Amino acid sequence: MTQLDFITVLPIAFLTFWVCALLLADLFIKRKGLTAVLAAVGLAITLGLTLMQVGRSALGFNGMLVLDGFSIFVQTLLLLSGLLGIALAYGYIRRMKIERGEYYGLLLFSIIGMMLMAQAADLIMVFLALETLSIPLYVLAAFARPNPDSEESGLKYFLLGAFAGGFVLYGIALIYGATGSTQLAQIISVVNLSGGFEGIYNPTLMLIGAALVLVGLGFKVAAVPFHMWTPDVYQGAPTAVTAFMAAGAKIAGFAALLRVFALAFPTLSADLSPVLWVISALTMFGGNLIAISQTNIKRMLAYSSIAHAGYILMAFVPFGDPKVLPVSVAAGLFYLVAYTLTNFGTWGVVIALEKAEGKGLEISDYAGLGRKYPALAAAMTVFMLSLTGMPPTLGLVGKFYLFRAVLEGGYVWLAVIGVITSLISAYYYLRVVVTMYMHEGEAQTEREFWLGLTTLGAAVLTVLISLTPQWLFILAKDAVLMLF
Amino acid sequence: MLLEYIAIGVLLFLATAVAAIAIFLGELFGPKRKSDKKAQPYESGMLPIGPGTRRMPVRFYLIAVLFILFDIEIVFFLPWAVVFRQLGLFGLIEMIIFIGILLVGYIYAWKKGALEWE
Repeated sequence: MTQLDFITVLPIAFLTFWVCALLLADLFIKRKGLTAVLAAVGLAITLGLTLMQVGRSALGFNGMLVLDGFSIFVQTLLLLSGLLGIALAYGYIRRMKIERGEYYGLLLFSIIGMMLMAQAADLIMVFLALETLSIPLYVLAAFARPNPDSEESGLKYFLLGAFAGGFVLYGIALIYGATGSTQLAQIISVVNLSGGFEGIYNPTLMLIGAALVLVGLGFKVAAVPFHMWTPDVYQGAPTAVTAFMAAGAKIAGFAALLRVFALAFPTLSADLSPVLWVISALTMFGGNLIAISQTNIKRMLAYSSIAHAGYILMAFVPFGDPKVLPVSVAAGLFYLVAYTLTNFGTWGVVIALEKAEGKGLEISDYAGLGRKYPALAAAMTVFMLSLTGMPPTLGLVGKFYLFRAVLEGGYVWLAVIGVITSLISAYYYLRVVVTMYMHEGEAQTEREFWLGLTTLGAAVLTVLISLTPQWLFILAKDAVLMLF
Repeated sequence: MLLEYIAIGVLLFLATAVAAIAIFLGELFGPKRKSDKKAQPYESGMLPIGPGTRRMPVRFYLIAVLFILFDIEIVFFLPWAVVFRQLGLFGLIEMIIFIGILLVGYIYAWKKGALEWE
């Protein structure tokens, strides 16, 4: 291990050390609130270490891990969503009587996997990171045991997730067979040297392998037709876990997809871009259309998160076009930030209204919220507008950048589909707003300091950043992928 | 390109066909005399005791998971021991980190009472 390796992996190594210590310390901590604080401190220090790396770029561990602007941007986002996840969970798991110290340990382990995913420069690392991020999430989904819904959610996620992991691994094996390497840099150099048809390079195997990797990662980010697990898992899992899962797993999955596809598979874009086009369009339509008929807010938001995976997937469609790629990657990253912020805020409101044993989760339970709790209702309105993509929110800006990138790539119809599905989604998002303000009812909420702060803070930021989004977009644009 | 695989395809087809034909012919021409003895499950020649799908205590699962913890440790120890001299101090530190992580799991399991057979 050289000094460079050490720098590359420093935040992850520190966080790993911290979680191990936290797991042991938790055995002797009686008040689990302290565990939460320690976990948050660990994340904050890791965030500091990550930010210290800004401007560096390096390739460590013989090309297994890469450090570049892209990975730093994604990791910062992941660590922030980890902090938000802890803030949401802090009061929630106590109220639901599932307060165990392992919650925070598992959360941090999952974040380690996600951070590795952002840095992975080798397909084996991608798979390892995928498992490291998934296994704690399986356990977290079943965290409310012996609640049967939560157990079902965990088991379902585990079985289907393991299945999807198999697809990724099979794809990696085929790519290794096609090119003789699992390193992204070597894969692309083999492909480029061979000119497409000679030597050890086997284009057919490569294409099948890339398609299988796409299936596996498409499962992780919940893209139609690999989305079937999402509503059940999101509904059954404890809400604080769902909030984290919806943001974190998506960020990590998209980071891996972006890096692998943009770096290793650009030569396959003629074959894979149409596939991505169809998946993206199907995901936008499927998620938004099925969400209309949902009455349970967790299920509705699950379908909404599927739909948003479709919007982010739009950024991938021009992945083989070096002229458009920087803009579309930046637009994808920007949308991830917008989605993460809105996502945590929305789930925060859901948590505030949720009562024990799954009560308070129907959309009809939101009736009368506008009169009784104006601040919370206003925040929810902001999130719903943002998810729809209406001004003055971050969602609109994110969609604007995405559609512009897609149009620059020449995919006019995809942008049209994006606009149409956004219009469709307005129906079910605004229904929540209508229920809150125009229906009579006795909505009840829980008051928790951190929960309220997260929710209102997210609402304020969603509006404020949308007024001056340029700096965030420039940050995202500077977060370029390192080309070897 | 795909032609290279045609031999494997033919082999797959023939193997499946031969097996299917053998089973089908046996079913068609074989004598069938059913009796209670024949319907019993085969348990290495012993008389069957109890149904085949018994419930197992979940503790065995825990033991199996703990076994993996130490099994993996040994699996990594052996190759390391073989090249211990070449790796030198670097290998030693790596191994200490590895054992340290396992130790965290071990202490955790111990403290949680996973090692007690109630």
